[in-house]
Amino acid sequence: MLTHLRPAITLMLGFTLLTGLAYPLAMTGLAQTLFPAAADGSLITQGDRVIGSGLVAQPFAEAAYLHPRPSASDWNAAGTGASNLGPTSALLVATVAERRAAWEAENGAAAAIDAVTASGSGLDPHVSPQTALAQADRIAAARGADPAAVRALIAGRVEGRALWLYGEPRVNVLQANLALDEGFPMPMPRTDDTAAE
Amino acid sequence: MTMLAYALYFAALVGAALVLAAWMARVYSGIPALAGIERRVLRGAGINPGRDMAWGAYALAVLAFNLAGFALLYALLRAQGALPLNPDGIGGMAPDLAFNTAVSFVTNTNWQAYSGEAQLSHLAQMAGLTVQNFVSAGTGMAVAVAVIRGFTAPKGTTLGNFWVDLTRSVLWILLPLSVLLALFLAWQGVPQTLQGAVTVTGMEGAEQIIARGPAAAQIAIKQLGTNGGGFFGVNSAHPFENPTIASNLAQSLSLLLIPVAFCFLFGRMAGDRRQGLAIFAAMAVMFVVGLGTIHAYEVAGNPALGLGANMEGKEQRFGAMLSALWAASTTAASNGSVNAMHDSFMPLSGLVMLLNMQIGEVIFGGVGAGFYGMLLYVVLAVFLAGLMVGRTPEYLGRKVEAREVTLAVLAFLSMPLGILVGGAVAATVPQALAAVQDAGPHGLSEILYAYSSATGNNGSAFGGFGAALPWHTTALGLVMLLGRYAIIVPMLAIAGSMIRKTRAPVTAGTFPTHGPLFVTLLVLTVLILGALTFFPVLALGPIAEETARVAGQTF
Repeated sequence: MLTHLRPAITLMLGFTLLTGLAYPLAMTGLAQTLFPAAADGSLITQGDRVIGSGLVAQPFAEAAYLHPRPSASDWNAAGTGASNLGPTSALLVATVAERRAAWEAENGAAAAIDAVTASGSGLDPHVSPQTALAQADRIAAARGADPAAVRALIAGRVEGRALWLYGEPRVNVLQANLALDEGFPMPMPRTDDTAAE
Repeated sequence: MTMLAYALYFAALVGAALVLAAWMARVYSGIPALAGIERRVLRGAGINPGRDMAWGAYALAVLAFNLAGFALLYALLRAQGALPLNPDGIGGMAPDLAFNTAVSFVTNTNWQAYSGEAQLSHLAQMAGLTVQNFVSAGTGMAVAVAVIRGFTAPKGTTLGNFWVDLTRSVLWILLPLSVLLALFLAWQGVPQTLQGAVTVTGMEGAEQIIARGPAAAQIAIKQLGTNGGGFFGVNSAHPFENPTIASNLAQSLSLLLIPVAFCFLFGRMAGDRRQGLAIFAAMAVMFVVGLGTIHAYEVAGNPALGLGANMEGKEQRFGAMLSALWAASTTAASNGSVNAMHDSFMPLSGLVMLLNMQIGEVIFGGVGAGFYGMLLYVVLAVFLAGLMVGRTPEYLGRKVEAREVTLAVLAFLSMPLGILVGGAVAATVPQALAAVQDAGPHGLSEILYAYSSATGNNGSAFGGFGAALPWHTTALGLVMLLGRYAIIVPMLAIAGSMIRKTRAPVTAGTFPTHGPLFVTLLVLTVLILGALTFFPVLALGPIAEETARVAGQTF
């Protein structure tokens, strides 16, 4: 054992330099050069304000916006988490029933399964096309816009399966909301920014 | 369409594994053009690369190397608060959690009792966890190659040189693949930055702190090395860790790539490709049955929650199918990364995942570890076949005798010891029981899953289980050690004893170990041993939960 300790320690330190510093630092350099926006977290800015990451869900509650899937960790992007409740959990069944009632009252349409179940990450950026389109009337009413036009905008943002085979069709909520703000500006512009100054 | 999707996926997997196996065969026998670099690295560490080791020396070298790795990682985790590359000001880890995390990464388990974005500095992620992702995988691969030599090399006494096998695994297999995968993932949107979290003001004015870091580099090796410890707490469900369907396919393929390649490498080293194909076939049959079960239950969904697939704990972009594929792969392959929350899977999906781990993760299994684990069952299978026909069992021309069978049984017993004894203690001691989140049979499944995952060096979890309780950080750390070294050492001993035997020529009386009969026998050996050992407790956990669920009962 003792004869093996010197090679063990030396190799361990050598591999630490190679795979623990050189490798991740080289990857950082390459990624920052080749894909700078992605490597920094796909951040979206409006003016000089960073409003979020295009990959990470954020909470939306206003009627004029598309709402994301429920989050068991309250959209905390610094400490992610899921409900981890099992399939026979009475708490899970009750929570889902509650969400369903609230969702259907808000949107006047039947809720799809993704609208009432919490995602694994708590940061799922997508909803199903069905869940997105069922919110169109509510969004159109809040914006004073034509429901058919809102529905068309959302339908145009549906991403399909990869190679027609893998994954599920989906709509990115944050990006759809940016498009909604652009296509159907609010009747009254938001005043948060001026009020804060 | 589903069948086509799966068929294409497996075709890609097998194709890539065949190519990789050819490369691995060259790497492990030494590529002259690379020998200069290897010699310089090894000489620098005071190693004579030409000196081969008998099984005992090989095992001691493995243990010494892993001990050094443990000490370094433990120190780093404790001290991270005072070290650089810590933009979010994260403090040192508590002793029990640092022990658990260090053991977990050194044994290639990568169980996450911590949450990466909240409890690890960038330095600890890079110079600690990423390094162990490489070298614990490299250790498993080296051991597997040594064990394969024991069965296939000409009569001798030595199994190769651990330092050489380790260095070759890391430098010429794991590192190049990781560079490719890391760049692909960064392109797909996985962050790779030394900056800390970014604070954003959302469209509705709410503030959100978004954790970031050098994730792509770590995630690449986490998948390739069947490590599985995520950069972020929710692992590959996190949209930063696994942003797109392409990133998901790349990650789930790389999770199985090296384990599958080991089957074909075995065939090459045995000088008879059919031997590798037979083991691959046995693994593939069990994999497909398990995957089919999980797929069916997750797509059918949970009627108690509403129509549609079982989407609690799953991401919309992956849906039921890619989540089922990942769950089957990660539990079969000892990876332990997740792209959906296993705790919320249907009861019988959970049963498959548990069984995948409990049989010792030999369906492809961990890099190297899965293959030498399967050779354990091969020894038992030919022994059973020998009993049935009344001949001394043989494998690849060498007699399998009492010593090898005894060692194989000893190694096998480490799984029930860690899972059943560890789990039983956890189910009776109040401090341990406090970790259980769900009531009813699912609660038992949570305990069972934790101890199966730790003993099997898997690392995935039923996440509702409070694994951070000091009882479990310690107990799970201990069963991880058991599940790793109580298999490595006997398997090396078996190899060391096999290589001393003369190879007998094939005769009409030789039981062929490459046909469908052998594949069937091997599958049955795995299932009978696994099922007999774990069926009683599975009946109390997932099976009881399924019957309750069908009867409409909740807890």
